[in-house]
Amino acid sequence: MLSLQILANGLVLGGLYACIAAGFSLVWGVLNVINILHGSFIVLGGYLAYYAYAQFGIHPFVSILIAAPLFFALGYILQRSLINRMIAAPVLLTLSLTFGLDLMLSNGMLVAFTADFKKLTLDPPLGVLNLGGIALPVDRLFAMVLALALTGLLYLLLSRSRIGRAIVAVRMDREAAALMGVNVKRIYAVTFGLGALMAGASGPLLAMIFPISPLSGPVYLGKAFVICVLGGLGSVPGAMIGGLALGVVESFGALWFGPEHAITLSFTLLILMLLFRPTGLLGRTGYA
Amino acid sequence: MRKSALLAAVLFLLVALVPLAGDAYWLRLGTTMLMYGVIAMAWNFIGGLAGYPSFASAAFFGLGAYAGAVAQKLGVPMGLAWTLAGALSLAFAALLGLALLRLRGHYFAIASLVVAEVLRELVNSATDLTGGGMGLNLPVPHDATVASQSEFFFYAMLALAAITFAAMLWATHSKLGFGLRCIQQNESAADMLGVNTTLYKVAAFMLSGAFAGAAGAIYASWVHYIEPPDVFDVLYSVKAIVMVLLGGAGSVFGPLFGAAIFLSLEELVWRNYLQVHTGVLGLMIVLLVLFLPKGVFSLRLPWRKGKP
Repeated sequence: MLSLQILANGLVLGGLYACIAAGFSLVWGVLNVINILHGSFIVLGGYLAYYAYAQFGIHPFVSILIAAPLFFALGYILQRSLINRMIAAPVLLTLSLTFGLDLMLSNGMLVAFTADFKKLTLDPPLGVLNLGGIALPVDRLFAMVLALALTGLLYLLLSRSRIGRAIVAVRMDREAAALMGVNVKRIYAVTFGLGALMAGASGPLLAMIFPISPLSGPVYLGKAFVICVLGGLGSVPGAMIGGLALGVVESFGALWFGPEHAITLSFTLLILMLLFRPTGLLGRTGYA
Repeated sequence: MRKSALLAAVLFLLVALVPLAGDAYWLRLGTTMLMYGVIAMAWNFIGGLAGYPSFASAAFFGLGAYAGAVAQKLGVPMGLAWTLAGALSLAFAALLGLALLRLRGHYFAIASLVVAEVLRELVNSATDLTGGGMGLNLPVPHDATVASQSEFFFYAMLALAAITFAAMLWATHSKLGFGLRCIQQNESAADMLGVNTTLYKVAAFMLSGAFAGAAGAIYASWVHYIEPPDVFDVLYSVKAIVMVLLGGAGSVFGPLFGAAIFLSLEELVWRNYLQVHTGVLGLMIVLLVLFLPKGVFSLRLPWRKGKP
């Protein structure tokens, strides 16, 4: 029974992780840029939901709809103005660029919101669902379902829509896509915007479960790293599998080794995966 | 090589005169600058010469700091503790390098980035040995005054910087440096032409680890108190890269000049914008990457126009 409960906890957590990682993985795969800002975008999305609920009583599920266009615009503009200038530069420079931007954003949040932990508490609380002895907090359950739905939407966008197919085409072969009339610069900006959107939209979901702090950006970023490596780069199903796998591994790891070793465990997993199976669990570089 | 060595000898001698000014503030600044210089030069082995985007500086620095501190706590004399810390970081870098240096590009960058996080968590949970999150106090010698102590650590850091510089100068002009530059330009081609790429890369990584680790050990003795988030700070990794980029990657004097410029800027920012200093640091990094990716010496100054 206990292991079933832990498995359920892990899957609920994993659904949220999938949503965190999907956008990060997309940007990494298509632009070949590691977006260090991703973690801070998530935190910023969390603050948006917190203040929307505290000031105007807007439910976090609704504030996702506000966050999505805002973060898309933010990502689009950021890519068009700054990151695009360095797109073909060596790894070191693109990494340093997003790292520098992240320092600015997280310092800005620290000044604006202070380092105190903030917790979004729904009033009245949604309660706990009891499924044959397995307790599931309803807010977490909803958050997971929404997170998986968002990830599914991204998958549909990439596999069905015209712009999605163009993104996948650029991912497969930039030159060929450009020859077929795809505006690569625009696709890059849209992709970065989508990545920011996914981060900003998962912020409100995480805010319902975890306390928000400007300092938790790197924690989410670390999770995104691990999931990308677990599931394989640049593929939405990969992020889904990787996220769920990490959620389950973390839950059982906390049971067996103690919660203080969660980070060590997941990063050891990352290094082992990189060494022995760098293509990810699905075993191929995904094209969404 | 002889010209560089001579120039460096003059430079280090000039820096050795700083304590004569007798000002504690400048002495602290000088010690920090030398420490930054060592970290930057250590990164230069793997990042500048071999072109591998390593973010492991913080891991080596922290490991060295804790190794030196724990050794001293167990009664090992200071100088020996520093040597041990350097040796441990060297061995750690060898093992880590054999595993990680098979990766390239982003994958290597990320794998090296998380090493510091893992070490920090391990140190955090090994409370018996390291004091965990409470940090670790180092013994303070009773027979020394504050002034003589800060002078002592300045010269210790200066000696380490000189040794690191000599090693880098030797490596740049030896077969090792040649092989590493080949790897940077085209690793597959270098491999095909008979360069033992694994050996060369691991050797560069070991040198990088040993010097960064020794710098960490001296730092721990100097400040008398260390804690995991302080010495395993990922900013050390980033600063190393920024300093080398500032001074010009792969060159002999680049890391030292980069460290001097970076520290001056950092000190100005610290003094004037304490609240937002990481943000201003971020802005500096962004501007550097966007406008001067080849270092300050690539600036197009009016009197250098026409020169390549």
